[in-house]
Amino acid sequence: MLTILFDGIAYGMVLFVLACGLSVTLGLMNFVNLAHGAFAMAGGYTTAILMNRYGWSFIATLPMAFFVPALVGLLLERTLYRRLYGASHLDQVLFSIGLVFMAVAATDYFMGSQPQLIQIPEWLRGRVDIFGVQVGLYRSFIIAVCGVLVIALQLVLTQTRFGSRLRAAVDDPRVARGLGIPVEFVFAVTFAVGSGIAGLGGALGAEILGLDPTFPFKFMIYFLIVVTVGGTSSLIGPFLAALLLGIADVGGKYFVPELGAFVIYTVMIVVLVFRPKGLFARG
Amino acid sequence: MFRRTLLRTAVAAAGIVLAASGASAQETFKVGLILPMTGPFASTGKQIAAAANLYVQQKGAVVAGKRIEIVLKDDTGVADVTRRIAQDLIVNDKVSVIAGFGLTPLALATAPLATQAKTPMVVMSAATSIITERSPFIVRTAQTVPQIVTPFAEWTLKQGIKRMATLVSDYGPGHDVEKFYSDTFRAGGGTIENLRVPLANPDFAPFLQRIADMKPEAVLVFVPSGVGSQFIKQFVERGMDKSGIRLIATGDVTDDDILNPMGDVALGLVTAHHYSAAHDSPENKAFVAAFRAANGGMRPNFMAVSGYDGMHAIYEGLKKSNGQGGEALVNAMKGLSWMSPRGPVSIDAETRDIVQNVYIRRVARVDGELYNIEFETIPNVKDPAKGK
Amino acid sequence: MAKFADSVADRAAASLLKRGRWRPAEILFWLVAFGAVYALPGHHLILNEIAIIGLFAVSLDLILGFAGIASLGHAAFFGVGAYAAGLLAIHVTADPVLGLVFATLLMAVVGYVSSFLVLRGADLTRLMVTLGVALVFGEIANKNGWLTGGADGLQGIFMAPVFGVFEFDLFGRTAFAYSLVVTFLLFVVARRIVASPFGLSLLAIRDNPLRARAIGIPVNARLSAIYAIAAAYAGAAGALLAQSAQFVSIDVLAFHRSADVLLMLVIGGTGYLYGGIVGAIVFKVLQEVISDWTPQYWTFWVGALLVVLVLVGRDRVGARVSQLWARLGRGTR
Repeated sequence: MLTILFDGIAYGMVLFVLACGLSVTLGLMNFVNLAHGAFAMAGGYTTAILMNRYGWSFIATLPMAFFVPALVGLLLERTLYRRLYGASHLDQVLFSIGLVFMAVAATDYFMGSQPQLIQIPEWLRGRVDIFGVQVGLYRSFIIAVCGVLVIALQLVLTQTRFGSRLRAAVDDPRVARGLGIPVEFVFAVTFAVGSGIAGLGGALGAEILGLDPTFPFKFMIYFLIVVTVGGTSSLIGPFLAALLLGIADVGGKYFVPELGAFVIYTVMIVVLVFRPKGLFARG
Repeated sequence: MFRRTLLRTAVAAAGIVLAASGASAQETFKVGLILPMTGPFASTGKQIAAAANLYVQQKGAVVAGKRIEIVLKDDTGVADVTRRIAQDLIVNDKVSVIAGFGLTPLALATAPLATQAKTPMVVMSAATSIITERSPFIVRTAQTVPQIVTPFAEWTLKQGIKRMATLVSDYGPGHDVEKFYSDTFRAGGGTIENLRVPLANPDFAPFLQRIADMKPEAVLVFVPSGVGSQFIKQFVERGMDKSGIRLIATGDVTDDDILNPMGDVALGLVTAHHYSAAHDSPENKAFVAAFRAANGGMRPNFMAVSGYDGMHAIYEGLKKSNGQGGEALVNAMKGLSWMSPRGPVSIDAETRDIVQNVYIRRVARVDGELYNIEFETIPNVKDPAKGK
Repeated sequence: MAKFADSVADRAAASLLKRGRWRPAEILFWLVAFGAVYALPGHHLILNEIAIIGLFAVSLDLILGFAGIASLGHAAFFGVGAYAAGLLAIHVTADPVLGLVFATLLMAVVGYVSSFLVLRGADLTRLMVTLGVALVFGEIANKNGWLTGGADGLQGIFMAPVFGVFEFDLFGRTAFAYSLVVTFLLFVVARRIVASPFGLSLLAIRDNPLRARAIGIPVNARLSAIYAIAAAYAGAAGALLAQSAQFVSIDVLAFHRSADVLLMLVIGGTGYLYGGIVGAIVFKVLQEVISDWTPQYWTFWVGALLVVLVLVGRDRVGARVSQLWARLGRGTR
């Protein structure tokens, strides 16, 4: 019973790491980036390639899984995304779906369509018994990494100078610029970090969610659910939403497997109908 | 009224054109290969297309006085597209055979067309038993689900296992696996519990927990090939392999295409299937070597061998029918038998379905790579779901 | 005073009439389309598909282009309409026209009911709710295999000849003619709708909902109405697909259908009704050409096209097209 709860939490955590970059771009920069999953996939593939072709250890690849997508994100932000900050949501959706199409086809072309598999290190395999609850080591690892990430992000956003600059830049770019805040720079860094975190999520989640060229499509819906249900005004909202979703999904499948994917979609519609701005939106 | 006449005239005219082109097609004989080349089932398409091309390359493009030409089309795994492409190929490209069909719904959607157009249809992957009954023009060179799981259930019973669970993906072939395996297993005196997982299912944790609670002696898994490795890893990660629950699977899970990267977790896994790239025969060694050479080291899997044999059936059928297509070709393909890379196979004259050996295999490391090593053979299995 | 009101009314009526007038280019367009029934015998299958998805895209244009409702789940109505027509054909009557009417009316009702879910919230919420509704429908169809055939698809549809005369043939000629006639008739109706006072009120809502409400337009009622109409159109398109393919796969409800139709509409341009059809033609032809050329990776180029389109500014492309349109028609939009 508690094992299910634990699995649900771990699953929710992975969803959060994957989605939180999106909640940053969407919530703070008001950009609907459906191509978010493509950055996550880039991270996953970085890890898979480094491990399988160059024999890196899993842990060593994780920073790369952050930096490579972050770099790609930075490049794309500077060249393409930047132009669309003021565009309508629909334009952004279309643009980013276009990117997803390209990413999927390109990955297929270079890496093949078969799923990529990675071997997590020996010491993360298996499970231990804690107070009678069977706990998977890898899942605990994920929970720990994600927990640290959540706290760090929240601190950066609320406590640091960069965080307040970012929020100012989002609230009113013109005034912020007038105050001497390098808005463009702030946005670019934020976007890159958001993409990097997605990449990290892709690498961490590869073991649980699988990794193949259709990854961005398969999980796009999940990310969006997390972000829209959680609301976009803070990071805590999506975090709680991801946990809730993870637990509801895992629990739903355990107790009523006949219902399958209904649970997650229905939860989303109900929440959005009654709280159009998300479950945890302020105001 | 005017319209009607006009329509009739036009149709008649088109008929004449078709007939005329039939006569002039002495030179080329087109095979329309419809496969999912993009989307989640793209690897099916790639394997089959590569094998079919290899066959033509090896045996030469000319057979029975005709030059074989493969027209490859991507249906993205969407059934109404498959059907439309098939129709398009028959009407416009004047193909004489349609082949491929990665998934059951794709084949089922196209079956009525094969009958209507009297065009032979070679099914190279879709595995639901009923497919060949949907049109007298269908010949299958892949496998059927009952063909694999029925003997597998008998084999499991023979190992002294009496309490089983099944876990299948919630779609046509999965339901087939569940039904045929369970029926045979129950008839042999065992008890069995069934569990279904959604097709698009990222995390197996809740289902694995269910199985752990059931505590069966063994669990049979059927999921589409890509997801299979996911499942095994999570199975091992939860320590279920050590809790006395034996994991067995259909060969889809240890698909040769992805077996090697699965790593040590797959070691020792027992599966039943009709083809392994490690099958020990000269035919297979040659096939694997040629396939690898032609495709950048890619290992052929059971889909590839179906594509290869599908082309073989068409070639041999053409030789027997003296280059005639349509019904003559279907009739010629009935009863063919040959030595395939997978072992001896034949096309059942009544059901037009393939008859082949089913092997029980175990995953082992050979020359540093993981392979399915066959250790027991159940010879000449017909599709048990038919002709009872 | 009365005179002034009269003259405003007159002017409004005149402007509506002008909007509603058929331009030569439009007439030419439909003549060419119907000419294709005779002129392009080898391409009826793809033309049939274009007519169907063109109608589907027109349906999306009604809500997106004219009422500003973005939807990522428009396939819900397309798919359920297809199932409705398919099931009716199997269990009740094989008459295609009856099936079409049935699916259309049913989807109008479903659309009206679901409009209350969709109309809440802003753009993003709407995108997500429409997406969610489509996913739930897809899941329902998947789970109820006894009714829908589940993942194997709905098999065994046999359609009677249209009006008891025109049989569905292997070449897709009847199917194309049938789909084209239906698409044309529904298009004429749609054209009439958008050129009516009702259509103008939708534009007002699209451009500024607050002000529209302030001048007395019943915003929600109007949006519900157009949403129901669009759903009915999508249902009709779905019914056409089910009838001409004589088969319904679970895929009619899939996400990529909603995404594809959005894409086509955007390629063709929103807000002038022809965008959907033009987009459908361009998209399908591109898909055919590119996928013949590189069957495995055609999606890459479609994606690239989309990216470029948005970057260049789809309004600008749209404006170029409508300018051209205006010039061709010697009228104003």
